[in-house]
Amino acid sequence: MRKAAAAPAKFADDVVIDVQHLTKKFGGRAVVRDLSMQVKRGTIYGFLGPNGSGKTTTIRMLCGLLTPDEGTGTCLGYDIRTETDKIKNHVGYMTQRFSLYQDLSVRENLEFIGRIYGLDRPKAAARAAIKRLGLTGREEQIAGELSGGWKQRLALGACTLPSPQLLLLDEPTAGVDPKARREFWNEIHALAAEGLTVLVSTHYMDEAERCHEIAYIAYGELLVRGTVEQVIDASHLTTYVVGARHGNGALNTLQQELTGRPGIGMVAPFGASLHVSGRDAAALEAAIAPYRGRDDLDWKRSEPSLEDVFIDLMSKAQDNFK
Amino acid sequence: MSPIIPTGGPRRRRDGGFWRKTWAMLVKEFIQLRRDRVSFVMIIMIPLMQLLLFGYAINTTPRNLPTAVLLQERSDVGRSILAALNNTGYFKVTALPSTEEELDRLLASGKILFGVEIPANFERSLRRGERPAMLVVADATDPVASSSALGTLNRVVQTALAHDHAIPDAGGPAFEIRTHARYNPAGKTELNIVPGLVGTILTMTMLIFTALSVTREIERGTMESLLAMPITPIEIMLGKIFPYVVVGFVQASMIICIGIFLFNVPVLGSLLVLAALSTLFIAANLSIGYTFSTVAQNQLQAMQMSLMFFLPNILLSGFMFPFAGMPVWAQWIGEMLPLTHYLRIVRSIMLKGASVSDLHYDAAALAGLMLVAMTIAVTRFRRTLD
Repeated sequence: MRKAAAAPAKFADDVVIDVQHLTKKFGGRAVVRDLSMQVKRGTIYGFLGPNGSGKTTTIRMLCGLLTPDEGTGTCLGYDIRTETDKIKNHVGYMTQRFSLYQDLSVRENLEFIGRIYGLDRPKAAARAAIKRLGLTGREEQIAGELSGGWKQRLALGACTLPSPQLLLLDEPTAGVDPKARREFWNEIHALAAEGLTVLVSTHYMDEAERCHEIAYIAYGELLVRGTVEQVIDASHLTTYVVGARHGNGALNTLQQELTGRPGIGMVAPFGASLHVSGRDAAALEAAIAPYRGRDDLDWKRSEPSLEDVFIDLMSKAQDNFK
Repeated sequence: MSPIIPTGGPRRRRDGGFWRKTWAMLVKEFIQLRRDRVSFVMIIMIPLMQLLLFGYAINTTPRNLPTAVLLQERSDVGRSILAALNNTGYFKVTALPSTEEELDRLLASGKILFGVEIPANFERSLRRGERPAMLVVADATDPVASSSALGTLNRVVQTALAHDHAIPDAGGPAFEIRTHARYNPAGKTELNIVPGLVGTILTMTMLIFTALSVTREIERGTMESLLAMPITPIEIMLGKIFPYVVVGFVQASMIICIGIFLFNVPVLGSLLVLAALSTLFIAANLSIGYTFSTVAQNQLQAMQMSLMFFLPNILLSGFMFPFAGMPVWAQWIGEMLPLTHYLRIVRSIMLKGASVSDLHYDAAALAGLMLVAMTIAVTRFRRTLD
């Protein structure tokens, strides 16, 4: 078993990440704008948003790899500008791209990390991690030759090896098969149950739903945060699910006809059905009224899915951005 | 949504055609070359700098060779000889020692390449026609540097003395020059080249080892993880340099052994001192290579920088051409290069039997260059991805 991360905490005991008004620019362009967030101890905090929205940049600012241009904040009670050395000691960061040594074996990579973090017995710690990760039998395999799923397990093992208090995982499950993803999330939940705080960025909606709290970020701005239910409620989105009684051709035509109509925020096919949503319930009702009575279509009012909410948020952010 | 593959889009030829595809590749390469500013600058700067630098600096007939004159008597003849030596342009009298021991020490330390000793009663013997002997000792570790100067010596002194009417105009030579080629009496070039090669080979291999070390981490993506770990730039640097010190030490031992057993190069001085100072030299080169690695943006740039540093090391250090023969500004550049100092060290220890006290200046210079390189590397090392 891994040791409980019980280093003396000088920060307000339950807030692990506390940042205000972070801004980061690259070449004059703001990649992250005025971002504030708080993450409580033991939380699995999902970080969602489209590509290039500033998720990676935010994570890098939290662990001291980037210096914010504006804004202040603390991570584990340490100032993210001036105390990055201390932050690095207690944070495990899993990069988006595999960044362990491809030409070292599994064991050698883990021992290297154990030594850098000053573990008492790096070899024993590496052995324990290999066992815990189910990598037994692959200790001597060269990391570069592992498959995607195993690389991801190794990377997770590497960043949890020094018993950090906070894990920052940047799209840890990109390109990993569903079974490995499920095992990965079980592991994350087990770690959180032990008091570890996890900030994880992802594109997958099912993963977002496995988080205690989520934040949605687009074009560098944090648009919404809270539990999944809170985020869905806050969207004020009205959604209809439309099914076809006689083949999907009708849905295809309906999608083309509805798209861009006033009151219609979004029309998107989901398998054999169509999701139609809008922010203004009355306008939406008015727009779809002519189609409601058709007997080849089956209209059902429904809760918007998280994906509906995010796509709506993204288009809203895009409007603001323009 | 508009279709991703448009119907009625541009028509495609069945085959792009050999030249068309070659052209596409060529255009792409030019664009990439133009984007890589450092490489672009190097393409212009390397030939320009090297040509100007070395075209002016390299001179195979050495001039202003540092010379010490030991005058055992105060006489007009002595002064004439001194002036004549300076006037040739080959010699430059830089020291006037008062004892033979002092002269020997100057020669051993490499401060002078020639020692001229005018014995007591030289002038009187000269006037009496006794053909007195003038003693000339030459540092023959570099036979190229010493031989042409020695060849002119006899004629120069003869003319000078005749001009002063110190000797009769007619008749055979009024004096004798006894030449001692020290350290390498047979004038074998390999005795000079082999120790020089130790330094040259080490420079080349050591630079490349560390020049790629930081850029490799960046290109392979491992830098991001490394920077997120609690490790300082100094720890990273020392950890990266040390293994290659061991590698360099093995390499140096190998070259020196080959020199001793295959080329019969002697080691007159202490092997221990040689080993210690070689290690210092190896570390200095590794530090410089590491500095390039922190400045370069990719491995190609790091290689180019190493190459640009390597050339002056070969040409201005005294490895290929006599150091003393270069103009002063080129000598200054030479003093900035670790190889210059190491060549003096390795040649002095192997061929002259020099001890630490003779070499403290060059050893200090090596240590200084190493520390400067390390300081630049640590300050240049970017601790964030900003």
